[in-house]
Amino acid sequence: MNARDTVNPGRKPWSPYVGGALSGLLVVASVWVTGKYFGASTTFVRSAGFVERVFSPEHVAALDYFVKEAPKVDWQWMFVAGIFVGALLASLASGTFRWQAVPPGWAERFGPSRPRRGVAAFCGGVLAMFGARLADGCPSGHGLSGSLQLAASGFVALACFFAGGLVTAYILYRGR
Amino acid sequence: MDLTYGLVTGILFGIFLQRSEVLRYDKQLGALRLRDMTIVKFMLSTVVVGMVGVYLLVDLELAKLSVKPLVLGGNITGGLAFGLGWGLLGYCPGTSLGALGEGRWDALWGILGSLCGAALYAEAYPAMKVTLLTWGDFGKVTLPRLLGVNHWVVIVPMVAGALLLFRWFERKGL
Repeated sequence: MNARDTVNPGRKPWSPYVGGALSGLLVVASVWVTGKYFGASTTFVRSAGFVERVFSPEHVAALDYFVKEAPKVDWQWMFVAGIFVGALLASLASGTFRWQAVPPGWAERFGPSRPRRGVAAFCGGVLAMFGARLADGCPSGHGLSGSLQLAASGFVALACFFAGGLVTAYILYRGR
Repeated sequence: MDLTYGLVTGILFGIFLQRSEVLRYDKQLGALRLRDMTIVKFMLSTVVVGMVGVYLLVDLELAKLSVKPLVLGGNITGGLAFGLGWGLLGYCPGTSLGALGEGRWDALWGILGSLCGAALYAEAYPAMKVTLLTWGDFGKVTLPRLLGVNHWVVIVPMVAGALLLFRWFERKGL
């Protein structure tokens, strides 16, 4: 679709239906073997706890939320680390690894400024993670694991994720 | 042992996400701008296959569900806040790590922001617990239980609906 993707594109991508269906089988296998459903955002709480504990262990020990989601390495923490490793291996093997500071679509709209992209990504991350914890899950925990279990919370959260995302995308890219 | 399974599962998921190009900012914004449904196709395919497989396991008593409670105050406000931030970042919590893995290192700013967001939420949690998280709490309910029907009565139409949606996407070239 985009001309820039045809410049040294690496190996052709998989169909998202194939990648998605394989991921579905992976969820089923994971639930069967270990009883674990996919999720990602709790790992950020545990990791934030790790970092904060270095500076102020008493404060971390006093916060209810860090008692509930204690700073520790668990199944999900390794799962999230694995996503990083898997993406690294797959991108290197397929020639699609790119060291890139600003995504092409962003650069087309907002220019090549790295600080501008960095500030937006940082603020987006703060808001997204605060929201994910308030909602009790992210597109993995609610979107995939929740809705595939037919959880009412999963469908409600997923609809709200997209509703919020559509609003931001509309504001940022209006008329383009 | 759990940790090893977690790592292996994550690596496989990372490979599937990367090879389907789901990790990219342009793909995520493509969906939010209703121009490129790659991530929606991926997610729905995962959900459809996972739904059938997991409920088969449950019927055979080989697995248990792990359902998050429906708390409208938290799910709706948190979900909307997540979405607003997601549109700005262009990665979600899981895919930000994957995006970094394929060299799109603007995701690093998002990951740092996410850690701050998580820390902020830990501060705000006591206040949330007595306000938003008490509004519209229905407990751990599933759609079939709300409707009072067998789960396959919900699953079969959902699978059919997803397939119709996929056909429509392909016709429209989305």
